Amino acid sequence: MSSHREDFDEFDLGSRVGEDQVVGAAPSEAPPTLRSELRSYLTGLALAAALTAAAFWALDEHVIYGPGIVMALIVFGLAQVGVHLVFFLHLTTSPDNTNNALALAFGVLIVSLIFFGSIWVMYHMNQNMIPVKALMEMRGG
Amino acid sequence: MSAEGTALRAGRDPYHIGHAPSTGVPEYTGHGAGGPAPKRIVVGYGFWIFILSDVILFSCFFATYTVLIDARNGGPGPQQLFDLHNTAIETACLLLSSFTCGMTSLAVARHNLLWTEITLAITGLLGLTFLGLEAHEFHALVALGAGPTRSAFLTAFFALVGCHGAHVTCGILWLGTMMAQFPAKGFKETIRHRYLCFSLFWHALDIIWIGIFTVVYLIGIITP
Repeated sequence: MSSHREDFDEFDLGSRVGEDQVVGAAPSEAPPTLRSELRSYLTGLALAAALTAAAFWALDEHVIYGPGIVMALIVFGLAQVGVHLVFFLHLTTSPDNTNNALALAFGVLIVSLIFFGSIWVMYHMNQNMIPVKALMEMRGG
Repeated sequence: MSAEGTALRAGRDPYHIGHAPSTGVPEYTGHGAGGPAPKRIVVGYGFWIFILSDVILFSCFFATYTVLIDARNGGPGPQQLFDLHNTAIETACLLLSSFTCGMTSLAVARHNLLWTEITLAITGLLGLTFLGLEAHEFHALVALGAGPTRSAFLTAFFALVGCHGAHVTCGILWLGTMMAQFPAKGFKETIRHRYLCFSLFWHALDIIWIGIFTVVYLIGIITP
């Protein structure tokens, strides 16, 4: 294809958002216009801002059942990460992006193992350790 | 692969993947038969691997913070220390800078030097504002006697948020380099690929910040 086409493909991880993703098929429509790309970024900004506002609001206004707030904040955070990946990093399921998506999946696996594994292990260790004070008394007494 | 599908795709592949020049048989196998992927895809993939390794580094700091949030040695906790208004402004700065970084990508794709420089400058100023607010917060905490040496909780806090701040500082240095290189070297392929990596880096920093404001500040402040 023309160099014009390549210019418009450069600044994302793979192909454009919403483009025809059939393997090997060029997009049937014209290259993305400034207007359509701007709209995509603005959509991402609006969604991200709304999710951020929702997280701060959920904390301030006590609108969510107390013990559920942590889970709600995690959900808002993960949703916003998804919005950033799609609208800002342009991570899609197109063939160009298969390797990126697989690498991301592996990264998520490792991050989950480290984060939740640490919490799990340390929580149970704290449960099973003798408190320092009791230990001192045993030694001193 | 059906014959119709093959015919449909014939000659319509922007990268000529699977179009062996000698035979001219258009068949995409997905196993590199069409030659290597374009440089842009390879560069983006390589930098994406780096970013994921950086995210794994941050996950260790996140795990440390979450595990040590109660280890205060009688010192102050998140409720006494964190100012959510400051965090909200920092969040807004980084989110807007991520957006203006996207605007730079649009300008660079169109080889528009003026808008490239303008949007890069705005991105950099928003990044500097963020760093200023963070430095102010750190200074206030240390002045309160809640520095990184006060408790394990504060050590973990300063390590995690400070590591992110160090990344933003590096990002701003890189941004300044890009602002100098576009006018000096033009929109050459190497410079545009360098900018691609920078934009991935900057967007990734904002993703890390989502984790920080959620886990460190918001969840931190409701942890008794």
